[in-house]
Amino acid sequence: MPIILDKVSHIYGADTAMAVRALDNVSLVIPDGQFVGLIGHTGSGKSTLVQHLNGLMKATSGSIYFNGEDIDAEDFDKKRLRSKVGLVFQYPEHQLFETDVFADVCFGPKNLGLSKKEVELRAYEAMKLVGIEDAYFYQSPFDLSGGQKRRVAIAGVLAMKPEVLILDEPTAGLDPKGRDEILDQISRLKRETGITVLLVSHSMDDVAKYVDRIIVMNKGGVVYDDEPGEVFRHCQELEKIGLAAPQVTYIMKDLQDRGYDVSDEITTIAEARDEIKSYFTRLGAARKER
Amino acid sequence: MLRDITLGQYYQADSVIHRLDPRVKLGTTVLFIISLFVFQGFGGYLVAALFLVLVIRLSTVPFKFMVKGMRSIVFLLSITVIFNLFLTPGEPIVRIWKLSITQEGLRLAVLLSIRLSFLIIGSSVMTLTTTPNQLTDGLEKMLRPLNKIKVPVHEIAMMMSIALRFIPILMEETDKIMKAQLARCAEFDSGNVIKKAKSLVPLLVPLFISAFRRANDLAMAMEARCYRGGEHRTRMKPLHYEKRDYIAYMIVICYLVGGVAAGKLMPLLLGSVLL
Repeated sequence: MPIILDKVSHIYGADTAMAVRALDNVSLVIPDGQFVGLIGHTGSGKSTLVQHLNGLMKATSGSIYFNGEDIDAEDFDKKRLRSKVGLVFQYPEHQLFETDVFADVCFGPKNLGLSKKEVELRAYEAMKLVGIEDAYFYQSPFDLSGGQKRRVAIAGVLAMKPEVLILDEPTAGLDPKGRDEILDQISRLKRETGITVLLVSHSMDDVAKYVDRIIVMNKGGVVYDDEPGEVFRHCQELEKIGLAAPQVTYIMKDLQDRGYDVSDEITTIAEARDEIKSYFTRLGAARKER
Repeated sequence: MLRDITLGQYYQADSVIHRLDPRVKLGTTVLFIISLFVFQGFGGYLVAALFLVLVIRLSTVPFKFMVKGMRSIVFLLSITVIFNLFLTPGEPIVRIWKLSITQEGLRLAVLLSIRLSFLIIGSSVMTLTTTPNQLTDGLEKMLRPLNKIKVPVHEIAMMMSIALRFIPILMEETDKIMKAQLARCAEFDSGNVIKKAKSLVPLLVPLFISAFRRANDLAMAMEARCYRGGEHRTRMKPLHYEKRDYIAYMIVICYLVGGVAAGKLMPLLLGSVLL
């Protein structure tokens, strides 16, 4: 179910002297099944934007449509929206509260008023999706490691079977291994279930490897909205707004500047490897011809 | 939502009153409150009113902020007035059914409402012009002599300032956790009392955990900087009296003398019209 944002603005403390415009005329379409990266520097409005998508915050002006329905309409069921648009907050492990892991994951689907059997089935599926082993099911969530807690929290949202999954900085505070594991898991989940995923981050390296489309935000507005390769072409402009292209893109650019015939639209290490390989093959072929 | 609530009602400005030593302001407030109960008759309250107007004008805080504090005592005030009005024995003026308003009752009711509203406005002036941290600093220094009788003054003041500092942090945390649970389709405002109370568990458990985590972190950070309580501890901004503080004390003394004198003289001047 697509989400459409039409000229959405949000102003914090609108009537006070300290009014801050957090979102400024944002218009976006997020179609079904896309893997979208939302990137911006701290304070660029990313978190504010995603909280609008499931109705936790109300736009000061503009409208948001979910599946063609205005989510701010009087008769719109916000609870249903929240089960369809699952939002995983930053540091989601801080929301855990139950006595054991399984009960915590059950919290979301239980709120939907499903039968006990259905709730437990969904919780089980969600825990399998994020790779929590059966041994942890009846442990206290507070005894788990940071990365495991985060997975439990993500499962808690997945158990509602959302059609759109939004993750706000899911890798914040994790070590490189934990970060890769979480991102790989999300990417696998995306492939297996075909849901729409919106990944919020400030790190290009995290996002570039996985997403189909990148939305870059700055000062509450959308600056770029394109495929990763296209967006990273503007790496000088990205630096001006406190972001950077993936490191490997810089290396390829540098190679190009030094006269090597390689593409600069490279965003991942795998792509770079293939490009350099193909460069040598081309070079070899050219030499043979001579 | 929750973030709109501002705590502590400090009004940012750069006035003489704002710059006064917090001890002066604390002491004055206490003296002012005592004076309200010591002054006899309306003469004293006239002086108190003049004093309040002077301080408010000097503080540059808009008057409507003072009145805001009054709102919370409207209920209390009206009850006091009604009880005093009807239940004080004496010379009746008006009779309504079995109740009568007496002359003494009227006088007492007016006096009490003046006392209460001056009390609230007076203490509002202090909290509006002094940051919570300045207040605890002032309190610590004023109560230092109590150290001699083994009262841990510094520790109490430190606890107070930490508690005050944590209020906005915990408010923000509550807002965050609430949103996270709302995103999991939790409902906080539906059903009967028991259901409502139960629905707070997913909010309170994470909040407590986070409060303990923060407290732990803070304790660690304080120990890492070798904090070990009040003894031999120096301050970044030590409190010391300046000329304006002495002048302020003088004005307060003048006010007290003036108030008592006015209370005594007024009846003599006006006869017993107002008494």
